[in-house]
Amino acid sequence: MSLVNYSTREITCKIVYYGPGRSGKTSNLHYIYGQVPEDRKGKMVSLATQTDRTLFFDFLPLDLGTISGFTTKFQLYTVPGQVYYQTTRKLVLQGADGVVFVADSQARQLEENVESMQDLHANLAEHGVDARAVPLVIQYNKQDLPRDLILGTDELDDALNFRNVPSFPADALHGMGVFETLRGISELVLKRLSAGSSSAAAAGALTTAR
Amino acid sequence: MDGRFRFDNFVVGSANRLAVAAGRAVAEAPGAAYNPLFIYSSSGLGKTHLIGAIAHQALQLQSGLRVEYLSLDDFVAQLHASISAGQTDAFKQRYQGVDLLLLDDVQFLTGQRETQSEMLRLFNVLQGGGRQIVMASDRPPGEIADVDERLVTRLAGGLVVDIGAPDFETRVAILRNKSAERGAQFRQGVLEELATIPFANIRELQGALNRLIAHQGLGEDVVVERVREIVGADTVARAMTPLRNAAARATPSLPSPPPAPAPATVAAATANGGGAAPAIASSEFASFLSDIAVAVAQHVEPWKMRLAEASAHWAGEGYRVEVIDRALRLPQAPNVEGLLDTFAAAVEHLKTLEQEAVAVDPALGGDEVFRDPQRVTEAEALVERALAGNTPPPGPSPAFARHAYEVGPSNQLAVNAADAVVAEPGTRYNPLFVHGPSGTGKTHLVNAIGNELIDASGGALTVSCVGAQTFVDELIAALQDGTVERWRTRYRSTDALIIDDVHFVAGKERTQDELFHVFNALHDAGKQIILTSDRPPKELGELEARLRSRFAGGLVVEVHPPDRALRAKLYARHLAQAGVSEMDGLVDQLAEQEATSVREVMGLVHRVVAAAEVAGVQLTAEFARSELHGTVGTPLAPPAARAAAAEGGLPALDPFFLDGEKVVWDWPDVGGRAIEELR
Repeated sequence: MSLVNYSTREITCKIVYYGPGRSGKTSNLHYIYGQVPEDRKGKMVSLATQTDRTLFFDFLPLDLGTISGFTTKFQLYTVPGQVYYQTTRKLVLQGADGVVFVADSQARQLEENVESMQDLHANLAEHGVDARAVPLVIQYNKQDLPRDLILGTDELDDALNFRNVPSFPADALHGMGVFETLRGISELVLKRLSAGSSSAAAAGALTTAR
Repeated sequence: MDGRFRFDNFVVGSANRLAVAAGRAVAEAPGAAYNPLFIYSSSGLGKTHLIGAIAHQALQLQSGLRVEYLSLDDFVAQLHASISAGQTDAFKQRYQGVDLLLLDDVQFLTGQRETQSEMLRLFNVLQGGGRQIVMASDRPPGEIADVDERLVTRLAGGLVVDIGAPDFETRVAILRNKSAERGAQFRQGVLEELATIPFANIRELQGALNRLIAHQGLGEDVVVERVREIVGADTVARAMTPLRNAAARATPSLPSPPPAPAPATVAAATANGGGAAPAIASSEFASFLSDIAVAVAQHVEPWKMRLAEASAHWAGEGYRVEVIDRALRLPQAPNVEGLLDTFAAAVEHLKTLEQEAVAVDPALGGDEVFRDPQRVTEAEALVERALAGNTPPPGPSPAFARHAYEVGPSNQLAVNAADAVVAEPGTRYNPLFVHGPSGTGKTHLVNAIGNELIDASGGALTVSCVGAQTFVDELIAALQDGTVERWRTRYRSTDALIIDDVHFVAGKERTQDELFHVFNALHDAGKQIILTSDRPPKELGELEARLRSRFAGGLVVEVHPPDRALRAKLYARHLAQAGVSEMDGLVDQLAEQEATSVREVMGLVHRVVAAAEVAGVQLTAEFARSELHGTVGTPLAPPAARAAAAEGGLPALDPFFLDGEKVVWDWPDVGGRAIEELR
């Protein structure tokens, strides 16, 4: 989980988009991919089924160039939302520097959202990670749908955001709120640099020892 | 690029018409007509002029054209330098971007495997891109030994033309052009007479013209009848080489491939096909990026940032940054400024050291040691070693001063040429070739020129003055310890090169090669070259033709055995040096004596002085006469020569036998030896 490597002057940031099936995680990545200038674009790897559902995971490398002397790279992952891909989710979550929880704002999907959130916490616990320490933001997607089909952000906050993390309303298909979410999680992740500088140094030493 | 080489001063005759037409076509539309254009001819018929003219003309027509003009030797040197510096990519990029590449002396490809493969690759790139290649060589592609077959077919794949020896009319035209250039005027028929003499090439023809100009400069009236005598045409044995292949062998150049659909347009179409509005997209991403940058800047520890930046900077410059990286891993901030200052100072020091090293030996450039501030001491040691192994080439001996050089009619021409060279080094007569029999003062003269050059520049010029034998020995030593590159640099960086007794390089192929390159490098840079030999260049049959013709391309002057006037001066000087003050009639008496060399004059002086000392009498003309012409045998001169001298006539023997150095006077007693062997 080495975020900043001073020796190689690299910042590598792994962000995982988590959430129930069909909540719009891959849409987030697609939108970001569309906005990246040609010269910065890595290759987006998407392993999808015939019906365009994420089978294994999506991977979008983002090369942000050199920032303050550091080669900065973001790796964006999604997990498959369907319940039976439990193992894959756990695997993708490994080593994540930050998690975006993409919730489906539709009222009838509330149950799935809650289950997925519990699943996230369970998986983090299995990795031996304190869920409270992991940077997390929540995105309430599909806010463009008719008012009577969806829940408001306040209601969703009540249901899902019990730790009061930053949350963003979004319409991933058209791009509304996508970059706000990414910016939110990035700031949280980078903030950990200063908070845990000693641990980061230790981690750096570990990496070099390896 | 040398502005002297243009089409308008290139005289076109039947022997070079095709080559010039092809050259013009190439210059007007590089890459379109004959690609590659391969020009060959024997030495001194204008290859270099022609390809220089192509480059000049092409640049006149299209000033933005990227033109590279160099000899193969330079190309190889650059390739090697780039390999040793690990910068082969830069080398490749440099030549791949060239629109018109002109390579001279490609016959040196022989055996250079590595260069050949690099050339092959470069050719493919250039030809594929429709860029023009022009080459010159002294033989057709198929006759360049030991060259990759694939490269040969490429060399011959465009148009191969040769330049033959010029006919009489062309020679006259060339001579008129050249004498007009030099501002010299000759009597009617003089140049025509010169043109009838069968010189092997134009360079020698120019050398002969220079001789005429020099003679006229002495106030001599050059008449038609004297032309052959002045240029020594009687000894010109070799006729102009006839055209080797009368007709130029032209193979049609391969049809250029159809223009590929412009890939740029295709790419643009697909890029726009996405349908996304790119302006908005990039601005959204850009604002995200700038936010991230701010966040990173806020959260990264400043001292680590500082070190990381410095580390990235120095690593980018190619330096090893372990010291900084180690500091980066420290838990607490060290003295960052102090560390970085020390590092920067070390880098500066390394740069200076590297410059010093490169000045001595270019092969040391880019050495690993100069990239690691932790190895400063090692770098210092390396430079010290390089400097120790490097002494500048030997200079002229201060013992040979110009004012001590006596001038008479027999060496007037050579001395005038020498003074002209001192006045305008590198431009007037380059090279100056002084020849004459042994002991006539050639070495003294050229050393004196060297000293004068140094004095005239106030010591700013470096003048190398070396015997050919030393030159050969140094090369062998350099080959032994692998410092040929350094040796080469020594000579190439000199401002004037004097090689004494150049005929000694005969039979030393490698030395001739090296001398050829050094000669070209210095000559092209306008540095003066002075050579001496016991024969004129055209009689140095053991030397390669390309060297001979280059030697003859400047001014060839002869130093004759001292005439009477010169002898008188020499005797006066040397007697005075020997402490003889009373010389009434003595000098005249001695000067009557024929001498083949200055050395002989000095020998005679020593002899009479010693004899007078032994006899315990004052040295007078009377004593000298009796000593020299007396009947008492002397071990210093053979009886025959003495008899001839006594008659006051010319020595009957070949002057060779009068040379004290070359004759064994004390033969062993044959009888004694026979008894010895009987026992």
